[in-house]
Amino acid sequence: MQAGYDEIQQYRKMRQKNAPPTPLFANLLKAFFVGGAICAFGQLVLNIYRGMGFTVAEATVPLAGTMVFLGALFTGFGWYDELGEFAGMGAALPITGFANAIVSPAMEFKREGLVQGVGKHMFEVAGPVFVYGLTVSFVIGVVRYFFGAY
Amino acid sequence: MFPALGSAEAGSTIQLRGRCRIASLASVVGPMEGRGPLGEFFDLVTEDDLLGQSSWEKAEREMLLQSIRIACQKADLTPDDAQMLLAGDLLNQLITSGYAARSLDVPYLGLYSACATFVESLFLGAVLVEGGFCERVICATSSHHNTAERQYRLPTEFAAQRPPEAQWTVTGAAAFLLCDGGPTQAADEVQARVMAATMGRVVDYSVSDTYDLGSAMAPAAADTLIRHLSNTGQDPEDFDLILTGDLGKLGSRLTRQLIQKSRGIKLSRGNCWDAGRLIYSSEQKVQAGGSGCACQPVTFAGYIWKMAKELDLQQVLLLGTGALHSPVACQQGESIPAVAHAVELHFAGVQAGEKPSIT
Repeated sequence: MQAGYDEIQQYRKMRQKNAPPTPLFANLLKAFFVGGAICAFGQLVLNIYRGMGFTVAEATVPLAGTMVFLGALFTGFGWYDELGEFAGMGAALPITGFANAIVSPAMEFKREGLVQGVGKHMFEVAGPVFVYGLTVSFVIGVVRYFFGAY
Repeated sequence: MFPALGSAEAGSTIQLRGRCRIASLASVVGPMEGRGPLGEFFDLVTEDDLLGQSSWEKAEREMLLQSIRIACQKADLTPDDAQMLLAGDLLNQLITSGYAARSLDVPYLGLYSACATFVESLFLGAVLVEGGFCERVICATSSHHNTAERQYRLPTEFAAQRPPEAQWTVTGAAAFLLCDGGPTQAADEVQARVMAATMGRVVDYSVSDTYDLGSAMAPAAADTLIRHLSNTGQDPEDFDLILTGDLGKLGSRLTRQLIQKSRGIKLSRGNCWDAGRLIYSSEQKVQAGGSGCACQPVTFAGYIWKMAKELDLQQVLLLGTGALHSPVACQQGESIPAVAHAVELHFAGVQAGEKPSIT
């Protein structure tokens, strides 16, 4: 039985009235502080690499490697998903969250084998980011090539 | 409001004569359910999610097999003494049930109504027994949080926040052994007979949020419940317990309101419970409650059955609710259709000194 238009509208209103409130302010605060803490830690790592004699541009490469490694490690320990449940985008948006998006499906599908499991599913979550990230980079590159001089 | 809900032309309620008796039942759950408020009532709480298996899918299968074995053991039988196995789960191609049935020597029917599968199996089993086609039937259903997450949602270790209306799939399995004929148990033991059943039609109120299955299932639950009550001429108060499957907090509230607004029937909180809200405590961070094929049957086989005397249950309605969507359908822009099935049970041996009646 497919409900008619009126019933669907009435039901939608009823759902909106009864929906449990999302703790928006608390969620924003948690995301701000957890995301901020991850970024502050990243800055600390960057300063350490700079202290070792790298320039800022050079230091970003081992910095990204370190943060991705830590994100992957904590995902492996089963901690990062707890952080994500607590802090939402605060955990998902930094590069550690990107590592989590690749490692978590890889872990999930390791039982289906290295090729059909890990290989095929590793980019299940992060794949769209690659596809559209590269597409946008390409478009911006073309724009820059033709109009960059101005 | 909502005139289409519970309309009489949707089909009648099937009345049975009570030949089919629930002879024994078993519940097996994972560690998280074991830590919940009903933990002490389950027959087996596993130590971890894997049960020594190499994958979660195999672990779920093992749980289903264990529940079947325990249920048969309780009746001093083996699974091979049954003439039919009716089983279902949430996974694609029903791999839990099919592979579990491979280890048994019983004719097997695989069933799918998502989380209403258990009530569907109970109805079909009762009809097989009632009709004299089978003497003993095993009904079994299972679900596993991790296998369901990966099929329906995201990898379990992915860092995502669950919305407040989301539900947590129960890790567990339950098996019921249905038998033909009169009492074989001691007279003071609780027993139950399947007396009537109303099978649901598929209802779709255009809910498309796959995290909000309670809202998708509430109209189906209201539809079947209204039909069962009006077909049998009963009120909600005639039941000592109406146990819904996994509507969760939001779904339960919406079901109450739909029934009240469409028919003016009021459901009391005293005798209308939701298994999804009983199985976990509020500290367990499961948002709106539990869900999954195992949610209602383990709650019933564990808590409700063992507390039948204390709760003084005579007449119970099991209302299973299932969301019949898949990720593929929803990605193609489809909304979530839902179905609800109801089975009415009459208990005996609940009151002290009462002799089980033979029909």
